[in-house]
Amino acid sequence: MLVRIISGDMPRSRLLSLIVLVIGFSLLFAPFLFPGIKSLDTAARIAIFIVLVASYDLLLGYTGIVSFAHTMFYGIGAYGTALALDAWGPSFWAMGLGTLLGALVAAVLALLIGLFSLRVRAIFFAMVTLAIASAFAVLVSQMSAFTGGEDGLTYRIPRELTPAFRLMTDKILDVSINGRLLAYYLIFFCALVLFLVLLRIVNSPFGTTLKAVRDNSFRAEAIGYRVIWYRTGATVLSAVVAALAGSLLAIWLRYTGPATTLSMEIMINILLMVVIGGMGTMYGAVVGATIFILAQTYLQDLMGIASKATDGIPLLSELIAPERWLLWLGVLFILSVYFFPTGIVGRLRGEVK
Amino acid sequence: MSDERIRPRFDELSFSQRLGEHAPLLLAPVLAVLGLIAIGDPTTWLTLTVAGLAMGLMIFIMASGLTIVFGLMDVINFGHGAFVAVGAFVGVTVLSLLSGWTGTPDIVMNISAILLAILAAMIATGAMGWLFERVIVMPVYGFHLKQILVTMGGLIVTEQLIHVIWGPDALHIARPETLQGSVIVFGAAIEKYRILAVAVGLALFFAMRHVLRKTRIGLLVRAGVENGEMVEALGYRIKALFLWVFVAGSALAGLGGVMWGLYQETITAQMGSEIMVLVFVVVIIGGLGSVEGCFIGALLVGLLANYAAFLAPKVALVSTIALMVAVLMWRPQGLYPVVKAK
Repeated sequence: MLVRIISGDMPRSRLLSLIVLVIGFSLLFAPFLFPGIKSLDTAARIAIFIVLVASYDLLLGYTGIVSFAHTMFYGIGAYGTALALDAWGPSFWAMGLGTLLGALVAAVLALLIGLFSLRVRAIFFAMVTLAIASAFAVLVSQMSAFTGGEDGLTYRIPRELTPAFRLMTDKILDVSINGRLLAYYLIFFCALVLFLVLLRIVNSPFGTTLKAVRDNSFRAEAIGYRVIWYRTGATVLSAVVAALAGSLLAIWLRYTGPATTLSMEIMINILLMVVIGGMGTMYGAVVGATIFILAQTYLQDLMGIASKATDGIPLLSELIAPERWLLWLGVLFILSVYFFPTGIVGRLRGEVK
Repeated sequence: MSDERIRPRFDELSFSQRLGEHAPLLLAPVLAVLGLIAIGDPTTWLTLTVAGLAMGLMIFIMASGLTIVFGLMDVINFGHGAFVAVGAFVGVTVLSLLSGWTGTPDIVMNISAILLAILAAMIATGAMGWLFERVIVMPVYGFHLKQILVTMGGLIVTEQLIHVIWGPDALHIARPETLQGSVIVFGAAIEKYRILAVAVGLALFFAMRHVLRKTRIGLLVRAGVENGEMVEALGYRIKALFLWVFVAGSALAGLGGVMWGLYQETITAQMGSEIMVLVFVVVIIGGLGSVEGCFIGALLVGLLANYAAFLAPKVALVSTIALMVAVLMWRPQGLYPVVKAK
C-alpha cells in the first residue's frame, strides 16, 4: 500500500528514509510540535517549496532542461488566485477558479515556449526563458492598475481559512483550532498530493522516457520517441505544478507581489535547492527545500552572532555577515555541482559518479 | 554516361536568394526608417536614434565576448554579467580616485581618466576571466547543464563578493565634466556621452572585424568555430587559444561595464545580471557565435528599445522580446547561424 502510494520509488537509504519521514511528520504535526506564528509560516513555506522544487526537478533533473522561467509559472499561479480573490471576493469558488485559470495560462504559455524554443537545443531554452521571464516580471510590475505593480495585491481569503474562524472553542495541546490551522492543512495536503503525483509521473513510462531523453536524446529519437514532445510535455507538466504551488502561496500569504513570486532571487534559490538536495531524485527536493528554508530562516541569526563575535577582524566579519549567507550557499552550490552531482540524496544513497 | 554529367556545376544563386542572404544587413536601417514614420518628428527621432545606437553598441561590447566564447568552445557563460558588474565597480573606483582629472573641464584629462578606468577594469575582469576559466569552466567542458549551473553559481558568488568589497549600496558616479550635458545637432539635443559610446562601440566592432578577418589569431579563432577538432589536429593548442579568447571576452565585458555604468550613472552588484537579459536577446537574435549577427542584433535591440520607450513606455522591454520571437520565427537559428545545432 505504502509502496504504491510512493509509486515504488523507495528512498533506497536508511538515513534518507529517516530524514524524509522526520520531515514529513514534522510538517504534518507542525502546528502542535512547533507552536508560534514564525515556525508555522516556515513549515508552510517548506511545504510549498517542496512542490515547487520537485516540479523544477522534473525539468532539470529528469529531463535535463535548464529553465529560468519557473518563477514565472509560479507567479502566474499566484497571480491567478490573487486576482480572482481580489475581483470576485473571498469565496472558495473564486479561489478554485482562479487557481484553475492560473494553471491553464501557465500550461498554454509553457506549451508555446516549449514548442518555440526547445526545437533548437537545450542551451537556447535557458537563454530564451531567462529573457522571457524577466520581461514578464517587468510587465507585471508595469501594469500596476491590474496587478498592483511593485506593491502587489493584498486580498481577503475565505473566512474559514482566517484566524478569526474558530472550529471549536477548546484548545488541543494548547493550540487553538482556528482557520489558520485549516489553511495550513489545506496547503500541507495539497502539497503532499502534488508531490505524490510528481513521484507517480517520474516513475511512469513517461518519466522513464524523459530520463532516456536526458541521457541520450539522439538515441531516444532513433528508437522512435518524439523528443521535442517529451521535452515540451515535461515543461508543461512542471509549469502546471509550479502554478499550483504559486496558488498555495497566494492562499497562505494573503498577499501576492513580484518580490515573493517572480524575482530572479527565488529562481536562484530554486536552483540551489534542487542541486544541493540532489538532481533527478524527487526526495532531493524534500531535503533541499527543507534545509534551504531552515537555513534562510535560522542560519542568518547564527551568522549574525558569529559576525558579532568576530567584529574586530575586518574582512572576516564582513564575509560572515548575515546578509552574505548567499555567498556561502553559492560556493556550496559550485562545489556540489562538481563533487556531488547527485546532491545530498545521491551521497546518502552511496552512488558514486 | 557522358562526361558532362559528372562535371560539377556551379549554380548562380538567384537574385532573391542573394538578397535573402544579406537581408539582415537591411534590418537596422529599415527599423530606423519605420521609427521615423512612427515618431513623425525628425529631431526627436534623431535624439532617439543616437540614444539607441549608443545603447546598442554598449550592449554589443558586452555581448561580443559572450558570443565568440560560445562559438569557439561551445560554452555559454551565464556568469558573464558578473564581469560587467566588476568592470563597472573597478572603473568607478578608479574614476573616483582620479576625481581631480574628471572634475576639470579639460577634455584630454577627462578622456584619459576614462581610458585609465577602462584599462584598470579590463585588466581586472581579464584576470578574473582567467581565474573563472581555470577554476569554474574548465572542469565542465562539454556538459551544457553543468556549465549553466556552475557559471550561474559563479555569478552568485561574484555578486556577493562585490557586496563584501564595495558594500551593499548602489554607487553613484558623475560623468567627467566635458561629457556632461548635450550638444545640439540639426536642432536635436544629443548627449555628449552617447557620442563617445557610439565611437567606442564602432571602433571596437571594426577592430574586431579586422582581427578576425585579417590576422592569424583571427583565422585560428574562425577555424576553431568552424571545426575545433580539425584545428587541433593541425597542431594548434585550441585550449590555450580558448583561454585567451575567454580572457579577452571577459575584458570586453569589463569595458562594457565601465561604459554602461557611466551611462546609467548608478551601479549596483545586480547590474550585470539585469543587462544580461538584453545581452542574451542580442546573442540569440544574432545567431550564437556570430560577431556580425551580434552587431546587427545589438543595433536592432538598442533602436527598438529607445523607440518603444518613447512610443509606448510600458512595453519597452517586452518589445525586444517580441523582436527576438519575430527573428526566430524567420530564422530559427538567429540571423547568422555560425555554430551548427548540436
